Amino acid sequence: MISLKINGIPVEAPEGTTVLRAAEQAGIEIPTLCDHRDLTPYGGCRLCVVDVKGWRFPMASCTLPVAPDMEVTTESPALVESRRTILELILSNYYDAGYEDSLGETQLMRWAKRYGVDPAKVMLKKPRFAVNSDPNPFIWVDMNKCILCTRCIRACAEIQGRFVWSLVERGFDTRVVAGADTDMLDARCESCGACVAYCPTGALNNKMSLSLGLPDKVVTTTCTYCGVGCQLDLNVKDGHVVRVTSNPNAPVNGMHLCVKGRYGYDFIHHAERLTKPLVRQYLLEGTPRPKGRGEWVEVDWDTALDIAARKLAGTRDAYGADSVGVLASAKCLNEENYLMNKFARQVIGTNNIDHCARL
Amino acid sequence: MKITRSMVLVSSDPLSLQRGSLEIYRRFQEKLESYQLAEEVALSTITDVGNTEASPVVVIYPEAVIYGPVQPENVDRLVSEHLYKGHIVEEMLVPKRHLPSRMAWLQSRKGSLPAQQRILLARVGKIDPENIEDYILHDGYQALAKALSKMTPQQVIEEISKSGLQGRGGAGFPTGRKWSFVASAPGNKRYVICNADESEPGTFKDRVLLESDPHAILEAMIIAGYAIHAQEGYIYIRGEYELSQKRFLKAIEQAHEYGFLGKNILGSNFDFEVHLHSGAGAYVCGEETALIESIEGKRGEPRSRPPYPTTHGLWGQPTLVNNVETLANVPPILLHGAEWYRRFGTPSSPGTKVFTILGNVNATGVIEAPMGITLREVINIYAQGMKNGAAFKLAQTGGSSGSLIPASLQDTPLDFDSPRKAGVSLGSGALLICDDNTCVVDLVKVLLRFFRFESCGKCTPCRIGTQRCYETIRAITEGGGQLSDLDGLLRLAEQMERLSNCGLGQTAAVPIRDMLKHFRTEVEAHIRLGICPTGICRMVPEDETAELIENQMV
Amino acid sequence: MKDQSTKDLPIAAIVEAAIEKHGTNYDAFIPILLEVNKAVGYIPLHALKEIRLRVRAPEDGIFVNEGRLYSLSSFYHMLSTKPRGRHVVIFCESAPCHVVGGRQVWQALKENLGLKAGETSEDGKWSLVTTSCLGTCGVGPVVVVDDEIYGNVTPEQVPEILARYE
Repeated sequence: MISLKINGIPVEAPEGTTVLRAAEQAGIEIPTLCDHRDLTPYGGCRLCVVDVKGWRFPMASCTLPVAPDMEVTTESPALVESRRTILELILSNYYDAGYEDSLGETQLMRWAKRYGVDPAKVMLKKPRFAVNSDPNPFIWVDMNKCILCTRCIRACAEIQGRFVWSLVERGFDTRVVAGADTDMLDARCESCGACVAYCPTGALNNKMSLSLGLPDKVVTTTCTYCGVGCQLDLNVKDGHVVRVTSNPNAPVNGMHLCVKGRYGYDFIHHAERLTKPLVRQYLLEGTPRPKGRGEWVEVDWDTALDIAARKLAGTRDAYGADSVGVLASAKCLNEENYLMNKFARQVIGTNNIDHCARL
Repeated sequence: MKITRSMVLVSSDPLSLQRGSLEIYRRFQEKLESYQLAEEVALSTITDVGNTEASPVVVIYPEAVIYGPVQPENVDRLVSEHLYKGHIVEEMLVPKRHLPSRMAWLQSRKGSLPAQQRILLARVGKIDPENIEDYILHDGYQALAKALSKMTPQQVIEEISKSGLQGRGGAGFPTGRKWSFVASAPGNKRYVICNADESEPGTFKDRVLLESDPHAILEAMIIAGYAIHAQEGYIYIRGEYELSQKRFLKAIEQAHEYGFLGKNILGSNFDFEVHLHSGAGAYVCGEETALIESIEGKRGEPRSRPPYPTTHGLWGQPTLVNNVETLANVPPILLHGAEWYRRFGTPSSPGTKVFTILGNVNATGVIEAPMGITLREVINIYAQGMKNGAAFKLAQTGGSSGSLIPASLQDTPLDFDSPRKAGVSLGSGALLICDDNTCVVDLVKVLLRFFRFESCGKCTPCRIGTQRCYETIRAITEGGGQLSDLDGLLRLAEQMERLSNCGLGQTAAVPIRDMLKHFRTEVEAHIRLGICPTGICRMVPEDETAELIENQMV
Repeated sequence: MKDQSTKDLPIAAIVEAAIEKHGTNYDAFIPILLEVNKAVGYIPLHALKEIRLRVRAPEDGIFVNEGRLYSLSSFYHMLSTKPRGRHVVIFCESAPCHVVGGRQVWQALKENLGLKAGETSEDGKWSLVTTSCLGTCGVGPVVVVDDEIYGNVTPEQVPEILARYE
């Protein structure tokens, strides 16, 4: 452990910890835009500069490793002036086209407000890029709001391992692009939305949520799609899910979600969603199967299960146990899948059982 | 270039002027003509002699004698006795008690005349750079042999430390200390990197060294490898230097043939390999961590420091990064000893420095001069004066990131210490000398355009700051400037210096600050009167500059 | 960007040869791109694919995608991501050339070629680009055509220099 002082408070941190993280652990917040605890430190935005005794100029705390007896000051009139300059510069190259983004206050706007920089005064008067510039069905891209923090690049590379995003050109002309300046899907994007989750400005957003407004409540739940059990936050407005966001404290998955967990929620309010068991009318009436198999009829669970059991038993008796196969679902719990296995082998008497995760 | 035998400096500080030093200067001109010595004796003035009872003084090199107080009627005797016959006029010497420290220092530069002290350029133009035998005949690989056979790695580092050699890349960090940092850093492997990504505008000394004496650099890299326990070295040569690359590759090949590279070098059990890595066109890769990133196949974005390359360099291992010119000092130091080396230059900045002279002067090119030479000496002696007899207005030392030095500061010695005190920087050794047809705003605009173009784009203050500064200065040259812009510029420049991740963004502020410090009246004339005093800026919006910017990247 | 002009060039063979020379480690990426740029005049997208397919050493954790190669190509000024003319005229616009008459030479280049910075002529003969210092400042203003360096250039010499190229 290394002992240092931050704002006069003694702090202990393991070797290799950055000053920003050490301060965070001590309950001291240092403003940052490019840094995120899940991602490799970058040192680009320079908002997190702090004064360190013995150094002439402020240092970026997000990349500075703690050192024994270091004395750090995280806020001073000079540092406030520096942070304000950084925010003014960033916003002088930022453009807000004025559409509803349903994000509330982004991290960038939060710091601008804290340091008294009025975005409307300093931001660009016309866009540099097309708004909504990528055809990805889930991810909204508006590079006018990009501040080149490269969190999206690092999230894609380090969390999802797809390397979709990269920087092109250099200096003032530097831009973030997908692949070799192509579109996201062409650059092998899996639409996991990790880049959106880490974007601090709204340059990347969820297309489906764009105009739905802010949630009135957030429900933390477990993703229903597979056995990993990722936790996620359903953002609910007027009883409808308007957005899925990562829950940073999720024990299994952290901020990571896949395309299904983050974007596959449209079934919840879908008009064609089944909410009650349906059976064919001829099965209910015990009549021969008509051409086209006839109409669906809503029934109670007992009736539906009785019919299914009768038909399965009949098939097994007529054609043998191996004429039946069972496909289990990743949306079931482990216990449920265990029971499906018992059902196939013990009740039906077949080894024909498989799972959708392999399909 | 003509060969100058002697050099005469006449003091021209206010006290000397009051006591008639201009007349002394005029008489020297006359007498040198009449003795037909004007070709071989350079005449100049010096302001920074320290206030002394002995004013006005006359300093004559290479003997470094100081006469004073000199009367105009003494000039004839000085020329006939000292310069013509070569006898020192003892009774006219400044009495010791009148010698302030500054004059003692002037005396210490004994023997410092053009083309007389060549350590680094000693073989340039004299040997066939593609012939290793020619190099060996001229002391080549003797320092390596000495190091491997008679010295431990520790002793090599000690000798370099004792010599007082400082890094010639611009920062002036003590070389011996850097070597010992790397040697003692924990790691599985260590690397030597020679930084030959010389991209500072106006600087081409490394190119001259690499093209004319490649084995000297290679030998130094091998010695450095031995000293810090490295088995591998990289030389990063900028992409535009094709001839340098070709000759260095040949040098590597020949050194292998002769057993100076490879396994068990000269039977010492020391193994060393050198790889040549070509740059691909990025000024920022001259920054050592950007250079390392570039070798690792990434964009040349400087890393955050600490940690420094001495502990976490190439592939995360302890790495020694030295500039070409720094390394060129190593073999002579080992061969002749630290003591010998310290005879050159000044006590705080030993050795010689290679400068490149450019701009509105009669002779441009590469020179080697002792540390501590003044700008005035460079202009009058090495550069043979201003072109077309124009007046000297300003010089930029050290390439784009260097200081703007107005005529009033031209007697500041160029070494690592004095410029810092005077607020100017030595940098890479480029000396861009501009006459009074140069508009300082136009010049700084070009410099900012350069920084804007060469910024890697990683950190906010540099990426956006250089652009905003450029826009503001451009507006001034186009008649659209406001007085309030100047304070804004200063404020932004100060923040860029405080907040940028590397030297590029930090030093981009230097020309802006110097412009406003030394030439504010000229800048304000653009704004207040709407005119460019030199007539260079057109004072109307120009498409050309905008178009240059938009399309540079092709 | 359609790569019409490179149709006949054996891109795969060029990449193969570059890899033969520089290997496939990380430190080979930029040298390989330089070789391709030299042989083709710029770096076509399908060359990036050829490089990606060949630079694979999963056991050493080495792989690369086209995005990273493109990112590198656009960062380094000696690498071009766009096709260039048969002859590339490079003008140094750094301060040392600027103060000794560079601006007039630049004007003459633009007028004689009828191009602005970064443009390629319609017949594909000329590209006009600017660059930072070329390290030949002792003889500024400096103009480079293809691999040939011209120093102490005056505006009057410009037509004569350009006439040397077919």
